[in-house]
Order: sequence, then C-alpha cells, then structure tokens
Amino acid sequence: MHNRFPLRALILASTMSVAAPLTGAWAETPADTLVIAHQIDDIISLDPGQSFEFSGQDVVKNLYDRLVDFDPLDLKAGFKPSLAESWQVSEDGKTITFTMRQGVSFHSGNPVRAEDAAWSLQRAVKLNKSPAFILNQFGFTPENVDEMVSFDGDKLILKLDRPYAQSYVLNCLASEVGSVVDKETVMAHAEGEDFGNAWLSTNDAGSGPFTLSAWRPNEAVQLAAYPDYWQGAPAMARVIVRHVQESSAQRLLLEQGDIDVARNLTPTDVDGISGNDGLKVVDELRGRILYMGLSQKDPLLSRPEMVEAMKYLIDYAGMEASFLKGQWKVHQNFLPEGYLGAADENPWSYDIEKARQILGDAGITSGNLTAIVRDIREYLDVAQTLQAAMAQVGLTLEIQQMTGAQVLDAYRARQVPIFIGEWGPDYADPHTNASTFAHNPNNADDAGLSQLAWRNSWAVPDEMNQAVEAATLEGDTDKRVQMYLDIQQQYREIAPIIPMFQKIEQVAMQQNVRNWTSGGSVSSVMYRQVTKE
Amino acid sequence: MAQPDTLDPPGQGMPAPAGGGLPAARRTRLRRRVRGLAGLAMTLALTLLGLLLVTFVIGRVMPIDPVLKVVGERATQAQYDAAYQAMGLDKPIWQQFLRYMAEVLRGDFGRSISTGHPVAQDLRRVFPATLELATLGTLIGVGLGVPLGVIAAARRGGWIDQIARVVALVGYSMPIFWLGLMGLLLFYGILGWVGGPGRQGIIYDGMVPTVTGLVLADSLLAGDWAAFRDAFSHIVLPAGLLGYFSLAYISRMTRSFMLEQLSAEYVVTARVKGLSERRVIWSHALRNILVPLVTVIALSFGSLLEGSVLTEIVFSWPGIGQYITKALLAGDMNAVLGGTVVIGACFVTLNLISDILYRLLDPRAK
Repeated sequence: MHNRFPLRALILASTMSVAAPLTGAWAETPADTLVIAHQIDDIISLDPGQSFEFSGQDVVKNLYDRLVDFDPLDLKAGFKPSLAESWQVSEDGKTITFTMRQGVSFHSGNPVRAEDAAWSLQRAVKLNKSPAFILNQFGFTPENVDEMVSFDGDKLILKLDRPYAQSYVLNCLASEVGSVVDKETVMAHAEGEDFGNAWLSTNDAGSGPFTLSAWRPNEAVQLAAYPDYWQGAPAMARVIVRHVQESSAQRLLLEQGDIDVARNLTPTDVDGISGNDGLKVVDELRGRILYMGLSQKDPLLSRPEMVEAMKYLIDYAGMEASFLKGQWKVHQNFLPEGYLGAADENPWSYDIEKARQILGDAGITSGNLTAIVRDIREYLDVAQTLQAAMAQVGLTLEIQQMTGAQVLDAYRARQVPIFIGEWGPDYADPHTNASTFAHNPNNADDAGLSQLAWRNSWAVPDEMNQAVEAATLEGDTDKRVQMYLDIQQQYREIAPIIPMFQKIEQVAMQQNVRNWTSGGSVSSVMYRQVTKE
Repeated sequence: MAQPDTLDPPGQGMPAPAGGGLPAARRTRLRRRVRGLAGLAMTLALTLLGLLLVTFVIGRVMPIDPVLKVVGERATQAQYDAAYQAMGLDKPIWQQFLRYMAEVLRGDFGRSISTGHPVAQDLRRVFPATLELATLGTLIGVGLGVPLGVIAAARRGGWIDQIARVVALVGYSMPIFWLGLMGLLLFYGILGWVGGPGRQGIIYDGMVPTVTGLVLADSLLAGDWAAFRDAFSHIVLPAGLLGYFSLAYISRMTRSFMLEQLSAEYVVTARVKGLSERRVIWSHALRNILVPLVTVIALSFGSLLEGSVLTEIVFSWPGIGQYITKALLAGDMNAVLGGTVVIGACFVTLNLISDILYRLLDPRAK
C-alpha cells in the first residue's frame, strides 16, 4: 500500500488546491480607488511633447495642466482659463499675452511660472516629435521658437506669424502638447540634447490633479491624487488602469466587482450586462470618424459619378442597427458632432437603384476594385457589406486584409484604392479635420504630406484649399462657424473621402461611479471630478 | 573516459610536456573538462549569435515600418527622415547588425519603441511573469502527466487508459482561448473560487517589494501570506490550463515510452523472477524511460517559456509571449531581439540541464 500513497496524496492535494475558494471576499474596490479596465497597450511615451496615442493622452491629460482647459463637467462650454488666468490679443492679432495664475505648484513643489509655460512650448517644438505640428501651425520652428514664445514676469507672450483666430490658437493649446511641464525637474534629468525626453517618457513633472505612481507597459498605469491641486484634491485617492485585452474578461471583472469601469466592451457584452442592476452603461460621443477613402489615382474611382454612386452603396442605417450598434452613429460630415462648426446634415442613404442609375448614366456597368482593410472586425464587416452592395450593381470588390502597420505603409505611399478606417482629430479645433479632409496644397506623389486628401490623391479645388486656410484667420467666431458649414456643404458634394460614422464610446461601470467622462469628442478622459458613492 | 595517453589517436598523443606532476590520466581528464567547458561556451555563443543574426535579418526584411511607430501617423516627411536616420536605418544592414551587437556586448539592448522603456527593463518584468506561469504549469503537467501515462501503459486498454486518452485528446484539440474563457467564467465568474485576470488583485498590486519578479516568490520572501494567497489565486487557473496542455503531451509520451519498455526482455525476466508488478513498473521500467522523458519535459517547458500568447491575452498576463508578439507587429526589433536572446538562452540552458540529467540518470552516458 505504501507505494500508492504519494500518488493519492498528490491527486488529493491538487484537487483540494483547485476546489478551495482562494479569493478573499473583496466584492468591491476600495471606496477611494477607481479601478478601470482598458486596452492601454498603445502607450509608447508619457512625455507631453511626444505622447500621441489615445491611452497615452488619457494619462498625460490627468498629470498635467494646460494654459486653458476643458471643464470635465461642461465640455460643451469649450476651453476655459486654467494655468493662464486671462489673456489679451494685440491689435494686429499676432501677439497673445497670457497672465499666469499665481500660487500653483508642480508635484515637485516648484511654483508654476510663466518661464515654465514658455519653456514647455519651446521644448515641444524643439523636440519635434509627432504632436509638435500642432504648435508649429502658428509659425513656430525649432530655430525661431525662442523668439516667438517668451515670458516676462508672470506674462507669457506668444507671437504668431499670422493673425489667427483666437479660438483656433487656444483650442490647440488646450491639447496635451500644450501641457506645462516643470522646467527645473525635467532639465535635471536631461541627457544630451533630449530635453529630458527619455526621463519624462516614463515619469511625470506636471501640476495636474494626479501624479504618476507607476506605468508598467501592457500591464497597468497607476495614478495617485495630488493633494495640493489648485482646484482641490480629487475625490479618488488612487486611479488604477489595468490593461485587459479581452472584452469578455473586462466584463467578468466588472460583474465580479473587481473593477469599477470597463472601457472596451463589445456590443454583445454591453447587451449582456444590461440586466445587471448594479451596473450602468454611459454613452459618450467621441471625435473619431469612420470613413471611406476612394483613391483618385484609380481610373474608375476618379470618375465623379463613381464617387457619387458609392455614397449610395453604403448601408448606413443597416450597419448602425446591426454590427455597429451602440458603437457608431451615422455621421456624413468631416467635423464630428461636438466640434465648433460641425454640420448635422446626413443627406445620403442606402439606395441601390439610385446608384445603379447614376452608374448607368455614366456608362459604368462593371469594374474591379480593391479595398485594403486593417484586420479589425468592424472595418471588415463594413467592407463586406459594401462588397455585397457593389455586387448588385456589377462592381467586384476584392478585400485585402492587413495589419495596421502594413495598411498605414501602403496608405502613406498612396497605394490604397479603397480605404476603410478611422480618423481621430488631433486637437479640439475644427481645423484639425478640415486641414486633413479638405486641404491638399500639393497633390504630387513626392510631396510627402500626411493629409487624408493627399493620401487619397485628391487634388482639392483651390477654392476649398483657400477657404480652409481663411477659416483659421477669422476672428469672429460666428462667421468662423459659417465658414466651416459652407466648406462642409461643398465637401459633401464633391469629396471622394466619405465620412460615414462617428464613434460612440460605451463605458460600462458600477452604479456608484458618478461624473465619468471619457473626454467627449474634443478631449481625453478626466478623473478629477469622478466620485464613488 | 579514463584512457591512458598512449591510446590517444596519433597526433594528439604526443607526450604532454612535463609539468604539474599530475598523473597523465588525470591531466587528460582535466584538459578534456576545460575543453568541454570552452566548447560549451562556444556553442552557446554561436547559437545565440546565429539566432540574433537570423532574427535581425528577418526583422529588417519584414514589410513593417518601425519608424512610423515612433513618429506616428501624422508625421511630416522631415520628421520621418530624422527618425529614420536616428534609428540608423539608412546604413547597410551589416553595419546595423554590427552596431547592434556592439551595444548588446556592452549590455545595452536598446530602448523598445512600442513601450518606450529600455528593453532590459521590460524583459526583467515580463520574463518572470512567464517563468512563474510556465514552471507551475510544467510542475502540474509532470506531476499528473507522468503517473497518468505510466498507469495508462500498465493497464493498457483499461478504464484509466481510456480516460487518459480522452483527457489527452481534449487537451490537444481544444482551443486554449476558448478553454481559458470558459475556465474564467466558471471558476472566477460563477463559482468565485479563483482570482480574475491579471497577476494580482488590485489591493495587493505593488504591496510586495520586487526582488525576483516572481510574485509568488516575492510575497513569500516578504512573508506576506495574504499576498501569496492572492497571487496564487490568480495564477492557479492559467497555470492549470497550461499544465493541462503539458499533461496531455507528457502523459501520451510517457505511455508510449512505457509500452516499449514493458515489452522488453528484462521486464519479462523481472516478472519471471517474481518481482511484484508494482516494482517492475515503478522501479524498473519507469527508471529506464527517464532519459527520453527528461527530453520531453524539457521541450514542453521550453515551449511554455516561449510564452503562450493566447493564454496571456485571456488572463491579462503580462508575459514575454505577448511582449514579443506585440513588438513584432510593431516592427520593434530591439524588443524582439532582446526577447529572442532570453528565450534562446532558456533553450540552451534547458538543453544543458537535460544533458547533465542524462549523465546522472544513465550510467552509460558517462
């Protein structure tokens, strides 16, 4: 008998170890801690001069303050004074003088000065990373920025190369690249000419409502409340964002009460928790636009009738009601709802007969086209729906699936005949989308531009190029709004880059979470106003 | 092993220069051992070098542009060109490789472009996560798989054999993704017996100081039983799942090794001599399959160490499999190469350990 004993003991022990409940009885997260499950594997840097990914900006937003900022409880109001208490525009419209708020200090304890604000902008321009172009629009270059951005006592002075609309400049400064960083702290960690970039990528030197406790890539970001925050310490002492890739895993965590907020639930999982009284779903319109780009290099797609017909071959309502349900809403303009000057007309609907007639009148009865689509289920579903519709009018669509990086490579090389994908605005001003959808000053192959219009080889009419530029200079906001409405009107008639849907973010959370915002269409997530009851 | 010098093949059999006064046989043994060690180090270095070279070349010919990951989608051509040059991509590929090797020899694996952290730091974080999971998984696989395989072979065609066959078949054929989700749903979602996705519960996160990077070991070192319990509750399901897959493989291999032994003549002899069946199986036959079994276990452990990407994704386990996969998709070659070195080193080490075990287990291998 003795020989058999070890085996039995082993089986018994392993059975028991699995069968015994191992978890403590933590039915909910601590009252002063907000725990969020989110896909955060896109973060590559937390330096406000470099960060340009959705999740990275979510973090930067809460670590830093900007000269002007959005009120998390009233996003519609637009930017409001933040570190800048007030500002004045010079007579010629080319100089803006900001007066800095007094008595605010960085997490290090250093006071926030006009010098820090000036240096932060100079730094971002000189670093010349992805988001630098937002500031460079005002004529800043690494060479001239020390002259264009200066300070004097508690005044920050911005010189612009043209008399830009105040709303345009301030909307740009409200984006993450406009964050004010602690000069002394960052310079203490500078290596060579990097302006502290290597250090700041994984650390924080801000004055925002939260400090960075830890960032473990693909795993978690932990924030701690900054008790001396000038607008009052946040209610949540800790915010923990965990990277959870799978929607179903996020849902389980939420249902078990191990997290407070789940940000990446699929429509199926959102439906699945609808019967749970302890949970709620908050819908928020975001800035991203799902669009279809028709390359004007393609002989067939460059025919205006073809572009027109394609607009009727998209089953907007059908897709909105089925696989895009709750996640995207029909939106046929390049400015997202929530933006200054956004238009709300959606003139096209799914109409095979009309498409057939337009094509027939133009003598197009057959044709082969290729769509290159990133391997994201929603995009593929859209492509397949389109494929079915096109087949009905004699057009054959071949769908090529690729990884994100491959699609982007081809797109930048202007080699994607039909592109289906998303565009997210870069900052809170309408110019961000107008300049990419409706502006293309040089349609040559070697122009090396990043505009969507250029990538689709669309030679934007001069008139529209000029209108887009003029809109950045219009000081009267009402007139500016009208200019954007006019541009969108003309755009709808001729453009081969077709906006189809606007993103709705469905965030599932415990009933006791209050005041959640993902940042609406203009901003990133903000935690300082969030409470738990 | 202990051949006298005179029997050495001609050319090598020159009388060793007098010195040391050691007996010739011992001197030879020493020389061989040194040569063996040097040879081993050489093999290791060459293996890793070859591995790096191949990975490097593959990485450079891959149709993925790492620069875009760095500068972002909206970059102007000027920004793109600046980053392209800063990353040294304008140089010929052999120069790039030499530059990379020089840095590696200085202990610098560079910075990952997909995490923004130094690769060495990333690996110190993600590898222990995988090591912990793979080790526990293999322990489960061996602890249950070997006895199961032995019994299945001994009672060939019996009910245990049938069950073992079904268990293995299910283990081979079930998608790990689905099984993981179902496991989570049942044991975490419905029964609440185990912890959810992630390595630790929220309140224990960061409570135990990091020494080894293995959460189980670290919480033991800190003497924090609650943290250990919590970490165990999180690892038990993914480790059990990996253990199950490794069990399926190990039990099948054990069974077939055992069947071969049980039909051997020495087993018949032992039986004829009147040894109990238990001794015949557990002491004689099992002992004789240990060498191939070690190979099987080492291979299975190695494949778990490579990282089970799907398991890591389902359980939000920040391991090396996910890390390398993600890096590869982003064209983040520093991270891919760093990870390859670690995994390559693991395989070489596992090979070494198996070699040593062979010698211990099989007198003939001496």
